[in-house]
Amino acid sequence: MNTQHIVSSFNDDLNQIETLLLEMGGLVEQQLASATTALHREDRALAKQVLKGDKRINKLETKINENAVKILALRQPVAADLRNVVMTLKMASHLERIGDYTKNMARRTNTITKAEAFMGSIGTLVRMSELVQQMIKSALDAYNKRDADAAQDVRNTDEGVDQMHNTLFRELLTYMMEDVRNIAGCMHLLFIAKNIERMGDHVADIAQETIFLVTGEWPEGKRPKGDNTSKMIISLDDIQNEEE
Amino acid sequence: MGIVMDMKIKTEAAVKPPIMSAKNVDVSYGKKQAIDNVSLDIPENQITALIGPSGCGKSTFLRCFNRMNDTISTCKTTGEIRFAGQDIYDKKVDVVALRARIGMVFQKANPFPKSIFDNVAYGPRIHDLAENKDHLKDIVITSLKRAGLYDEVSDRLDESGTGLSGGQQQRLCIARAIAVDPQVILMDEPCSALDPIATAVIEDLMEQMKEKYTIVIVTHSMAQAARISQKTAFFHLGKLVEYGETDKIFTNPTDPRTQNYISGKIG
Repeated sequence: MNTQHIVSSFNDDLNQIETLLLEMGGLVEQQLASATTALHREDRALAKQVLKGDKRINKLETKINENAVKILALRQPVAADLRNVVMTLKMASHLERIGDYTKNMARRTNTITKAEAFMGSIGTLVRMSELVQQMIKSALDAYNKRDADAAQDVRNTDEGVDQMHNTLFRELLTYMMEDVRNIAGCMHLLFIAKNIERMGDHVADIAQETIFLVTGEWPEGKRPKGDNTSKMIISLDDIQNEEE
Repeated sequence: MGIVMDMKIKTEAAVKPPIMSAKNVDVSYGKKQAIDNVSLDIPENQITALIGPSGCGKSTFLRCFNRMNDTISTCKTTGEIRFAGQDIYDKKVDVVALRARIGMVFQKANPFPKSIFDNVAYGPRIHDLAENKDHLKDIVITSLKRAGLYDEVSDRLDESGTGLSGGQQQRLCIARAIAVDPQVILMDEPCSALDPIATAVIEDLMEQMKEKYTIVIVTHSMAQAARISQKTAFFHLGKLVEYGETDKIFTNPTDPRTQNYISGKIG
């Protein structure tokens, strides 16, 4: 709906938190891309930049929180306006969490001692991260365009992230069992993989909140999920069987 | 067999018929049509809010419920309005008795220039509801208590009603309306002349009153409608645009005109 509020400063207030959220989302996406490159290329300087960049994300979140609370107190928004403010507030906290996970990824990059054995897994991690970056971009586009269908697509994409996480979990566990010297590095990679998997969940939540913002209804049914790592048991026999 | 009967009683209680229902109601003042084919059910023991921009017909519609529009000579009402199943525009209906069953509170508190006691006792006296003086006193005190005013005026019931504050006067009018033991109370912007504290007192009172009465309120305050009502009806240019659960109307209205109006947008 393109109609404007009679009190034009109300429009300005709403536009402002929306712009801040898009800016925050863009920044998070960029941070994740840099953290991934840093991991891939062992670029410690870039990882350091990512650590610093998180402050800007946190500042934007604070700003969105302050502005949203002010709108709630002063404008008492209802209906679509209310959904807009409350959902934007929730999305900002999801983005902030994604920022934290990214920061954690950058921190681990500086401590990982890589071994030839698990270089392939890093490739999978990079692809997983790229998928999440794409999800963030699409989720923000869906929010900006108030497109519930596009948001639903983003929710469905998260299953792919979960599946990559399953693969990585299995791979990294195998490397650790094969050679105890791999354990330190693989543990860090496993945490990074888990963090990226969590980022996917946060983006899926942003998409779900966009659907509510647009339609006024929460999407029915559970979204497809594929994270099986909590039930995964791998024994030495499995590895030996696979080798045979 | 006994169990089956019990179950039947329960099912019937769950689908309570509306206490008032309007069907295809048209109201016109001379040639100007103020209400255009409105049908609406008022559920019992709930608060129903009528909202809409000035001149949309919500007050006119409210006044149909106890035939207050009869007092305007150019006003013509057609369609059907039923109260407890009975057509209130039927020729046999005694309008004075009807207005005792369906009371009204107006925008501006209008106490009679009489004592607080006589203001409340007025209705029971003309409708001959009190058996004796003690009974009348009982009715007055109970009504003042129900209107949340008794504690503030108990020691000066013989003082003039017009000497009370605005909020107290409005509660006095509510006490006057409930003294004749109505089932429905119509309120036409009862808080628009009151400060936030007096408004909160009346809103709190309405919440308690709905246990015993059905309330229909016209209000210009969206926040008030959202706070106190269970059902909200949005009127625009004499038409009922949307009617439904208040929660739904204020979080996810169906009609874009409702959305625009409640969120203060230019349609």
